[in-house]
Amino acid sequence: MSYYFAIVGTQDNPLFEYEFGTSKQGGDGLPHFSEQARHMNQFIVHSSLDIVEEVQWGGGQMYLKCVDKFFNNYVSCFITGGNVKFLLLHQPTMPVSTTSTRSSTSIGANPTSPQTEEAIKNFMLEVYENWVKAIMSPFYRVNMEVRSPVFRQRVAAAGRKYL
Amino acid sequence: MSNLQPVKGSSKDQPGLRYPTSGKTIYHRPLNRTKAAELSGASFAYLFSEMVGYASKKIESIQDLEKRLNVQGHPIGLKLLDLLLYREPPRSQTRPLNIITLLHFIKINVWQHLFGRAADGLEKSSDPTKPDEYMIIDNEPLVNRYISVPKDMSQLNCAAYVAGIVEGVCDGSAFPARVTAHSVGKQEEGEMWPGRTVFLVKFAPEVMEREGYLGKG
Repeated sequence: MSYYFAIVGTQDNPLFEYEFGTSKQGGDGLPHFSEQARHMNQFIVHSSLDIVEEVQWGGGQMYLKCVDKFFNNYVSCFITGGNVKFLLLHQPTMPVSTTSTRSSTSIGANPTSPQTEEAIKNFMLEVYENWVKAIMSPFYRVNMEVRSPVFRQRVAAAGRKYL
Repeated sequence: MSNLQPVKGSSKDQPGLRYPTSGKTIYHRPLNRTKAAELSGASFAYLFSEMVGYASKKIESIQDLEKRLNVQGHPIGLKLLDLLLYREPPRSQTRPLNIITLLHFIKINVWQHLFGRAADGLEKSSDPTKPDEYMIIDNEPLVNRYISVPKDMSQLNCAAYVAGIVEGVCDGSAFPARVTAHSVGKQEEGEMWPGRTVFLVKFAPEVMEREGYLGKG
């Protein structure tokens, strides 16, 4: 399972990017996107913004769950009060159709299972906490890129913990 | 470009990045406050008087000064929005989706956080030609407590700073608006609230359009 996490500002501008892999079930925590897929990820995530903008007015929840699917890529979204979107693209190692032979509830195998939704929710909430801390800086202005290495470490730690 | 190190490298060696001696950055501190966390009113009044003094340098008009105060407040509103939403219990942790929820959030949560009490009133403009105007009423704004406006600047209301905060909250939650502060207290003898201030919130046309569309369901 490989993950691509992006924070997108209110003008659809990227503020933060991070790629990682699963640490559960003996995963090495490294992303295993193919070289072609890596630049596609940005397009897939960006194209899901249209759907997010529709879904966000349907309910006041911050966690919008899985909003988009593109072949074997699933995009989950969390939207903050300030209209900043956290987008997580997750790509199961094997296409989901093959899992029908042996049904699994592990996070990696089934991207739309309640367990996965819950794990991603916990990940998003932890990132949100750190995000609020980041924007509380008096020198932070809206839509500024977040470059803090401490923030990056914190996101990485949340990824290791939940995904 | 050779001095640009990749971010993944050991962060402590990065030039220009300083850590506090305790090693604790803002990320190590909790976002929740205890209930009784209050600040000294005197130090706030002192700081605020300096802010007004700073903003009143080389101004051309009173509107100019109010605009500067508004701009100082705006980023605070943007930050408060997410901070206060974060502090909400998970069940009611919802983004405001319509004007009433948003204004209610400002009247209760934002005011409670800033001034320790809810705002005194929330009204919709009674003028049918202005459905996009709402009013938040504060009988005694904290920021104006020690301010006496000179006669020749009688239009000035330093609560423009608070108006900027309100505007920041509205803009942040995707309800772009113009917010202005107006003194409506009568200066007569025996008047209950001489400092009564109305914050006039005028939403952008696209907000009204969306409101109508979402309202229909």
